[in-house]
Amino acid sequence: MTEKTSATVAVTDDSFSDDVLSSSTPVLVDFWATWCGPCKMVAPVLEEIANDKAGALKVAKLDVDANPATARDFQVVSIPTMILFKDGAPVKRIVGAKGKAALLRELADVV
Amino acid sequence: MTSSSTVHDVIVIGSGPAGYTAAIYAARAQLTPLVFEGTQFGGALMTTTEVENYPGFREGITGPELMDEMREQALRFGADLRMDDVDAVSLDGPVKSVTVGDETYQARSVILAMGAAARHLGVPGEEALIGMGVSTCATCDGFFFRDQDIAVIGGGDSAMEEATFLTRFARSVTLVHRREEFRASRIMLDRARANEKIKFLTNTQVVAIEGDPKVSGVRLRNAVTGEESELAVTGVFVAIGHDPRSELVRGQVDVDQKGYVLVEGSTTGTSIEGVFACGDVVDHTYRQAITAAGTGCSAAIDAERWLAERASATTEDSTDLIGVQL
Repeated sequence: MTEKTSATVAVTDDSFSDDVLSSSTPVLVDFWATWCGPCKMVAPVLEEIANDKAGALKVAKLDVDANPATARDFQVVSIPTMILFKDGAPVKRIVGAKGKAALLRELADVV
Repeated sequence: MTSSSTVHDVIVIGSGPAGYTAAIYAARAQLTPLVFEGTQFGGALMTTTEVENYPGFREGITGPELMDEMREQALRFGADLRMDDVDAVSLDGPVKSVTVGDETYQARSVILAMGAAARHLGVPGEEALIGMGVSTCATCDGFFFRDQDIAVIGGGDSAMEEATFLTRFARSVTLVHRREEFRASRIMLDRARANEKIKFLTNTQVVAIEGDPKVSGVRLRNAVTGEESELAVTGVFVAIGHDPRSELVRGQVDVDQKGYVLVEGSTTGTSIEGVFACGDVVDHTYRQAITAAGTGCSAAIDAERWLAERASATTEDSTDLIGVQL
């Protein structure tokens, strides 16, 4: 499932401010980890959304194992959690693996 | 609404060990199965830790790894896997249809392998605090509860497994169970009991989950005395069993009172010809990865034989309405 080049961007504790908080386009951040089965389910869906919404929405992935500070800052205690950031602030929080249609419905008022 | 004119031999609905095994067998039988894995592909094993009792893996294997192996094996033999949820089915008649979004697919036979969904407690606070301390996936979320006090709700194998697993992270795990007796297997129960980080609270019901914005505790009621109490925890892991995911087919195939799809005797045949069912959507007794895989295999063989019988019947009648290519 990883043969294609990724349409999502990997962000870290260090790059979070530049890549997410200062972004001029809305950013959907996927908090995930390698040990999380449902995170694997949602990954291909996020790739598709990143492709479909290119330009209007940035999709970022943050590995909570390597970047615990950001996860803690946003009180993430369950993964996958997807938080939508707009103008530097979290505006929507989605918990658990969801299908493409359901995710797009949740994001509809922003993108 | 678009509808392809292709009539597939087999459509499999669902993944997990039952769906993937059915896909492997159907693919090897050259039925090129179309498989709707669902957006929750991999099924219940995607949220389990080590699977220690799946034969052939003497050191154990994690649930997601096992599912990945089965998935790749199905792909290798030509199964057409789609990560989509099925919205509707029409199962009567010689050609069945399966609707996904605005596309409709047709098949001569359908294998139902939708599995079971984790049950919720249905108490105040639970829904609102999902992702804020209420979890249905210990392997996913245990990491966030390092050195904290947490609760696991349930009395079966998954509750024991989760409680034991969570002691890797948590300071203490309180296992809350509404009865005195446990449904868990002896080995799982003994392992949890031997773990000094796990405390048992039996005959205890969860009345509410409290906290804002994050979980701060659970309100409990003693099932014998009716006395209520508070337990301060930051995490609540719910493992109280599963319900069959048969909503899609209820009203078409026969199901029992609890919603499990009924099959004929030791076969996988349902009340509708050409529709077969396997795995946890049928099985309320064993519910193991290996039994699900076993019935998935049976369903593919049942479907293959049923298709072959129909093909020879149609040839004899020379009423060539439906040409089955085997």
